[in-house]
Amino acid sequence: MKKVFFYLKPYLGRMSLGLTIKFTGTIMDLLLPWILSYLIDEIIPKKNISLVLLYGFYMLVCSLIAWITNIVANRMASLVARNTTERIRHDLYARISYLSSRQTDEFTIPSLESRLTTDTYNIHQMLGMMQRLGVRAPILLLGGICVTLTLEPVLTLVLLLSLPFVGGVVFYISRKGIPLFTKQQQAIDKMTRKVRESASGIRVIKALSKTEYEKESFREINEDLVRKETHASKTMAASSPLMNLFLNLGLTLVIVVGAYRVYIGASKAGVILAFLTYFTIILHALLSINRMFMLYSKGAASANRISEVLDTPEDLGVMKASGPEVVRNQTRPEAAGPEAARSETRSEASASEAAWKQTRPEVAGPEAAQNQETVPVTTASQKPAPKITFSHVSFSYHGAQNALTDIDFTLEKGQTLGIIGATGSGKTTLIKLLLRLYDPTEGTILVEGRDLRSIPTEELYQKFGVVFQNDFLYADTLAENIRFGRELSADQLTEAVRDAQAYNFIHNIPDGMDHELAVRGSNLSGGQKQRVLISRALAARPEILILDDASSALDYKTDAALRKAIRTHLAGCTSVIIAQRISSIQYADLILMLENGHIIGAGTHGQLMESCPPYREIADAQMGGLQE
Amino acid sequence: MKTEHPHHRQKKQYLMLRIWRYLYHYKWLLALAFALTVASNLFNLLGPMLSGLAIDAIYGPGNVDFPKVFFYAGLMVLFYGAASLLSYLLSILMIRLSQNIVRKMRQDIYDHLAVLPVKYFDRTPAGEIISRISYDVDTLNGSLANDLLQILTSLITVVGSLVMMLMIAPALVLVFAVTIPISIILTKYMTTRVRPLFRKRSAKLGELNGYVEEMISGQKTVKVYHQEENMIHRFDLKNTEAVDAYYRADYYGSMTGPSVNFINNLSLSLISVAGAILFLNGRITLGNLSSFVLYSRKFSGPINEAANILSEFQSAFSAAERIFRLLDEEPEPADAPKALSVSEVQGQVDFEHVKFGYDEGRTIIHDLTISARPGTLTAIVGPTGAGKTTIINLLMRFYDPQEGQILLDGQPIREITRESLRRSYAMVLQDSWLFSGTIAENVSYGSASATMEDVVRVCKAAYIHDAIMQLPQGYDTVLTDEGTNLSKGQKQMLTIARAMLLDARMLILDEATSNVDTQTEQKIQAAMTKLMEGRTCFVIAHRLSTIQNADCILVVENGEVVEQGTHQELLKRNGVYAGIYRAQFS
Repeated sequence: MKKVFFYLKPYLGRMSLGLTIKFTGTIMDLLLPWILSYLIDEIIPKKNISLVLLYGFYMLVCSLIAWITNIVANRMASLVARNTTERIRHDLYARISYLSSRQTDEFTIPSLESRLTTDTYNIHQMLGMMQRLGVRAPILLLGGICVTLTLEPVLTLVLLLSLPFVGGVVFYISRKGIPLFTKQQQAIDKMTRKVRESASGIRVIKALSKTEYEKESFREINEDLVRKETHASKTMAASSPLMNLFLNLGLTLVIVVGAYRVYIGASKAGVILAFLTYFTIILHALLSINRMFMLYSKGAASANRISEVLDTPEDLGVMKASGPEVVRNQTRPEAAGPEAARSETRSEASASEAAWKQTRPEVAGPEAAQNQETVPVTTASQKPAPKITFSHVSFSYHGAQNALTDIDFTLEKGQTLGIIGATGSGKTTLIKLLLRLYDPTEGTILVEGRDLRSIPTEELYQKFGVVFQNDFLYADTLAENIRFGRELSADQLTEAVRDAQAYNFIHNIPDGMDHELAVRGSNLSGGQKQRVLISRALAARPEILILDDASSALDYKTDAALRKAIRTHLAGCTSVIIAQRISSIQYADLILMLENGHIIGAGTHGQLMESCPPYREIADAQMGGLQE
Repeated sequence: MKTEHPHHRQKKQYLMLRIWRYLYHYKWLLALAFALTVASNLFNLLGPMLSGLAIDAIYGPGNVDFPKVFFYAGLMVLFYGAASLLSYLLSILMIRLSQNIVRKMRQDIYDHLAVLPVKYFDRTPAGEIISRISYDVDTLNGSLANDLLQILTSLITVVGSLVMMLMIAPALVLVFAVTIPISIILTKYMTTRVRPLFRKRSAKLGELNGYVEEMISGQKTVKVYHQEENMIHRFDLKNTEAVDAYYRADYYGSMTGPSVNFINNLSLSLISVAGAILFLNGRITLGNLSSFVLYSRKFSGPINEAANILSEFQSAFSAAERIFRLLDEEPEPADAPKALSVSEVQGQVDFEHVKFGYDEGRTIIHDLTISARPGTLTAIVGPTGAGKTTIINLLMRFYDPQEGQILLDGQPIREITRESLRRSYAMVLQDSWLFSGTIAENVSYGSASATMEDVVRVCKAAYIHDAIMQLPQGYDTVLTDEGTNLSKGQKQMLTIARAMLLDARMLILDEATSNVDTQTEQKIQAAMTKLMEGRTCFVIAHRLSTIQNADCILVVENGEVVEQGTHQELLKRNGVYAGIYRAQFS
């Protein structure tokens, strides 16, 4: 909740103006019964109709003022809620965009989605309601009490007697509500996951005739959700009748005491009448406050879920240290300075380390920008540094088993690296490290002689063109999917499309590059999707091209043509290609054969055929036909 | 938007009828709820009357009829107590009622999803289905539970208050001749003005949700192309649209409260003046005036809030419309009346002049004739987009061909129950589908009677056992959608193990090993060969090494089988296949 108040800060001025306006309106509301009581007790005995009419007119004026001020105040409140929600949602989305892959894994994608949608929506509702009722209800309550105090202090005290009970009920129940709503939200997440899964696996479910089983398992999830919803709402349901009861009992007591007070001449019947009207106002105010608390419970549960994401510490910051030093420190850890020690422990404590600064553009101030510029372009005077260097890199996802162990290789500019190896051998992990989606647990990765961690993300990612395994396309035109927000000319796109062997199929579509893709590009076949994705990677003429099993759905002919196009049109481009087919990497300058995260063979195709039996086996198996 | 179209109105009635059917299921609970509502409202209505009577017993200093005051006070305690109790019971009852309806509705939707054809899922994004089953059901339910009772409560309150007021002072009721027309004008204005705004608000929120779902799943790519700012910018556009739509609905919607209040205050002013005059003329007592004022507040509230309730009803209706549209989706056509349930299958599969396209006018398969004898291996090769996966959709009857027919053991598959047809196949698809459950559950999915030994046996055969044992929880490891505990290829091997566990006469492998490396593939080849033994197999693969020993290789190009024969025959022919084959090693 603290987070939300932080977001409200810029609007404090506007909110207090709105509050003042609302205050005026509310006072008008309170004046009405007061005038009424005055009318009955003071004016009527004078038997003067014109005075009665005059006071009637006053009441009308008060009503009008209340009407207008309340509308104005409500609209101001809506605007504040709108702007605050917009900012919270923006920041949340931005934060999610810059979460490191490790952090995304921890939150899980569906949960991040529901935080961005359902939870921010709850906040929006809460903010609007809290401002509208949050000012009005307490003022009505306090004002009502004040006026009644001046009218008839003793009766007021009688009424106030019931308030602690009411307050206790509201407080107790809404406190109980927060964890119940959190549980309910989790159950909803579960149901959502089930439906999503069933939709994507419908073929398997139908093929295995598991529909009845799935229905049954959905029934269980549904039951669980219903139970949690019922629990939460039942708890909440008790509050309003209990409140009503306490207040009405107080009211009855007021009449009895009032009767006594009139009897002894301490009060007047008209006062009791006005008192009852105020009582209605107080009752309504309390009911509003109760509703607010219920909304607050729900909103607070959501606010916590949002804060959890916003408060996630910055992972994968950019290192301040200059390039060469880092190289030395990293490659020879025993030559330790405090710098190096820090580098060694960074995987655990990176976020809080002072040496790491944040990269989020909107977070980084001008100072930070300066720092980025001062990162020296290293080794500029000497011979060009190798494009990519992995220096004794090891990595594990969860701190348990190593996914990669002691990966060590160098790739010069313009060379091609082929990676092949068994499923789960760490091929994809290797490129994830190269792309700095994760930082290595040990060792260093250098690009052009600079530690990957010292290169500002923007500069780093400008070098790359990447296609992941089953990469994503989104609902927009083909051209937009390839351009992907970058400033690329139509010619560049066409060229990329030609190189990626996508030209023919795109030009067979009536609207060509303007063709609208469905969600996740589901209106393209697997091979077409891959060619569009490759076009995207090639379009900006990257310095480093990474293809992770990106041509698996292409037939051999197209695959071969693609490789030829990359060789001829993207000379100077350093490539990293993960493939299952030997033919895709056969001509690479360096081929790494991975097994269980270790390099078990490194060299050219020819060398590996000689030196690496597992590699030879694969080649023989795949190219068996050739030897016949 | 100004006038309701007659067609719309009819549709609305139809919707009401369908909603009513859900309610009708719980008619007794509903009747009880109505009874409780009436009772608790009546008790509440008695309150002001009693307090008025009590005040009338207070004549002035030294002159109070205490027994009377106490009597009425006692009655107030009784009635207020009863009203609170009843309203609590009512809430509990309504929660039960609405949760029952929600549960049934969700289950109905899910059950219906289960019978929908695969086509529906190919067309509809999962996010949309999810918003049906969560947002829309919740919206409709909230409205059913609250608004229905609200309307009933309002009705009772309005009628009851009116009766009471008429009894107290008929002349004062004339005041409402001024305020009610104002209410009506206001309500009309609100409904025409606010209703479309609320509809837009939900639509924009839906768009935002869709965007979020799509973009977050592509987060990694966005990151490496450094397009975060660009995507945030795009998100901001959607976000602004969503909050603007909300604000616009709020802008007009938030007028309701103060306006209702204004009309209340207006009534109060008029009643005060008119009441004062009547009192001066000795026509009413002070107690009467007090009761009347309290009743008038009760009376005008619901009338003025009609606008609010109507707009909520409107959003409930559009939610209901979306829910019923899903429930009305054509399910998979029922099996033919005399459809056979096959169990002992030989495995002879024939395609006879099959023609098929997903959309009308875009034929993918033009005229396909294949014959696969029992126990043979049929391989399908060809360029991407040539319709290879489509053949599998047809074999399993995920789609039916537009022309021609497919036969199993000489029996047209249209005359076989879908369930028994599908059970006679085991299949491994390109995208390995695993659900969030343990590894053991995932492998034994489809073979209810499989023991743990069976699961381990097939996992060993699929060379995935070792990898599983390296996980901390072994076979009990829960697979999560984004979990990094297994690689793509390992997941594919799990689905291969799953297929091995099924005892089906026919086997479909659609790029079954596309994410598995060649080494492993070779290892599981033996197991695969054993798996394929004696079964009719359909294999789609790019790696020609996998299919060289096929009994028949079909080369598909543009939905036509352009070549057909064994590996050697096709090489000799020196056609398309030979070309593809050579390209592999160029």
